[in-house]
Order: sequence, then C-alpha cells, then structure tokens
Amino acid sequence: MINFIASMGSALIYRLSLMGRALIMLVQAVTVMPSPKSGARLIQQLYVVGVQSLIIILVSALFIGMVLGLQGYTLLAAYGSEQAVGQMVALTLVRELSPVVAGLLFAGRAGSALTAELGLMKATEQLASLEMFGVDPLHRIVAPRFWAGIISLPLLVAIFSLVGVYGGHLVAVEWLGVYSGSYWGNMQQAVDFNGDVMSGMIKALVFAFLITWIALYQGYACVPTSQGISAATTRTVVYASLAILGFDFILTALMFGGA
Amino acid sequence: MNKRWLEVSVGLMLVAGVGALLALALQVSGSHLTRGADQYPLEALFDNAAGLAPKARVTLAGVTVGEVVAVGIDVPTLMARVQMQINGDVDYLSLDTSASILTAGLLGEKYVGLSVGAEEDVLVAGDVIEDTQSALVLEELIGQFLLNLGDSK
Repeated sequence: MINFIASMGSALIYRLSLMGRALIMLVQAVTVMPSPKSGARLIQQLYVVGVQSLIIILVSALFIGMVLGLQGYTLLAAYGSEQAVGQMVALTLVRELSPVVAGLLFAGRAGSALTAELGLMKATEQLASLEMFGVDPLHRIVAPRFWAGIISLPLLVAIFSLVGVYGGHLVAVEWLGVYSGSYWGNMQQAVDFNGDVMSGMIKALVFAFLITWIALYQGYACVPTSQGISAATTRTVVYASLAILGFDFILTALMFGGA
Repeated sequence: MNKRWLEVSVGLMLVAGVGALLALALQVSGSHLTRGADQYPLEALFDNAAGLAPKARVTLAGVTVGEVVAVGIDVPTLMARVQMQINGDVDYLSLDTSASILTAGLLGEKYVGLSVGAEEDVLVAGDVIEDTQSALVLEELIGQFLLNLGDSK
C-alpha cells in the first residue's frame, strides 16, 4: 500500500519536474535581448511556421464553412428560419471552430515539424556544437520559433474565420438561395466584435502559446535517436491536441459560461 | 529559398491576417468605424416590453433607423422605459409618432416599429414617445382566447 502511494508520489514529482524544466527552457528562451540578426531569423521561421500552414488552413476553413452552411440550413429550414444561417455559421466559427480547428491543424502541421526539426538537431549534435561556439541554442534556435508560433496562429485563425464565413455564404446564399441581405444582416446583428471575435482571438493566442511551447520542449528534450524523435513528435501532436481541447473548455466557461 | 520571396510572402501573410481581422470587424460583426457620432436619444414608455433587448432594431416603415440601447423600469409609472438611439439624419419624426413592439416572423426577434403622425413639430433628443403599443405576449393571447371560448358557451 505504502509502495503504491510512494509510486504515485514519485510519478507526480517526475511530472512536475518535467513541467519545471519546460518552463525554465521557455523563460530562458524568451527573456533575451533581440539582436540585429534576430529579425531575419524570425522572418525565416514565420515563413516555415505561418506561410507554409496557409494552404491547409484555407482549404479546411472553406470546407468547414460550407459544411456549416449546409448543416445549418437543413436544421434551420425545419423551423422556417433559414435566414439565421448566417449568424449560426459566424458565431460557431468565430467563437469555437476557428481557434480549435486551426489550432489542431497548426499542431499537426507546424508543431510536429518544430519537434522533429529540433529533435534532429539534437540527434546530429548541432545544438551541442552551437554551445561549443558559445552560442546559446535557446536564444538562437528556440526563441525565434516560439515567437513565430505566437504571431502566426492568431493571424491564421482570423483568416480561417473569414474564409469559413465566405464558405458558408457560398453554400447558403449561392447554392441554397438564402437572401444575401439576411445572411449578412443577421450575422452583423448577432456577432459582437469585442465579445465574440476578440474572445476567439484570445483563445488563438493561448493555443499558440501552448502548441509552440509543447512542440519546442518535446523537441528540445527528446531522446536523440530515431525512435526518440518519432515518439517526441507523436507526443507533441497528442499533448498539444489535448491541451487545446481542455483549455478551450476552460476558456469558453470563463468567457461565455458566466451569467 | 530566395530571401526576397521569403520576406514578401511573410509580409503578405501579415497583411492577410490583419486584413481578415479588419474584415471580421466590419463585415461579420457589423462595427462601423464612425459610430455614435450622429445619433440622438429617444425614449418610449411601454406597458409591456417582453422580449425586447438592447441592440434590437428600431425601424420606420420597415427600414432600420436606430437601435435600442437600454430597457428598464420607469419608477413612478412602473412602465417599461425603452431608450433608443436614432440616426441623426432621421430628423422628421413628428411629435405624435407612435412606437410599437413588433416581432420578426412568428418566433423571431422583437424590434421597435415607429410610425409617424401628422404633427408639424418633430421629436428632438431626449423626447419621450407616449403613444405606444406593447409587445405581443403569446401566453396572454392564449389566455384571452380561452376566456372568450368560455364566455361564448
């Protein structure tokens, strides 16, 4: 019995020490004076993390908006209020689906790539050789990737929402014949910029922080073998997805759950 | 990878993201950059304002001319006091304008409908509309209907 409790305790201490190490890595990477060359490195990472995720974001946003338009129309047409499809599509996207789906895609597309890249750098001892040169790999490698993630995801989420709304417009208005004026009019009446759009953007910011942090730590701390890198990449996607969904519930409860 | 193309594409992504946020503000949530500048307040007292909420439309002949800002109780009379903001260019509402609470569709949102009277003088900021028609409350309507059924027997 005592052994069982002790094993639970040691597991907890081990987890906490891992989280502490991850936090130390993050603090050391972020608290750094920007050097003249860090701007160029940030742009390089913005390209890898942000621009290269654009295609998957655009395509999935279009299809999710179209599906929402179709489902919303059939559901609302049963009550004779298919004009409300605009506000349904926009509120669903802006409040929930854009941050969560874009976050999940971002974790799969950019997070896993970050982990694999860092893991390979560690396995091929590039990180160690940087330290030999007296260059801190946290500042040189981790910091620009972290900031690129934080900047990219909110932008991608805004693009996701807009493309999704136009996807819904495509199906509901162009195909199913809802009047365009009521599509936009009901939407503009129902969606509040501060309450809805900005809540979604705050979610995006929190998810960006979680995804990039998890991805960078998993890569930085992985076992430097091929199995270790593959396990770390898997963990990045799993942990980041679970963190997104869990924090989404907490944030939703805080933003929309209260009286 | 060409460095020029890298910078251009990152810049384009930044512009697209900020532009999308701006479009969300203007097109999706219907905010206006110049808002509240030229609107004037009006009030109306209703016996019953059931279902009327802030941000509801105020219409004249079916055209939106303003919005409801607040709904509260008027203390001495214990009626519902509805505060509205009317667009500044709508300066032709006569003194005997009447206001009624209408429903868009059978189960739709409530809104305020104005209809202009015959007076020469017009309402100005802060005036109170006296001639009002209350919201239609489905339960009261059904109650009256049942009462009439009982009477006619």
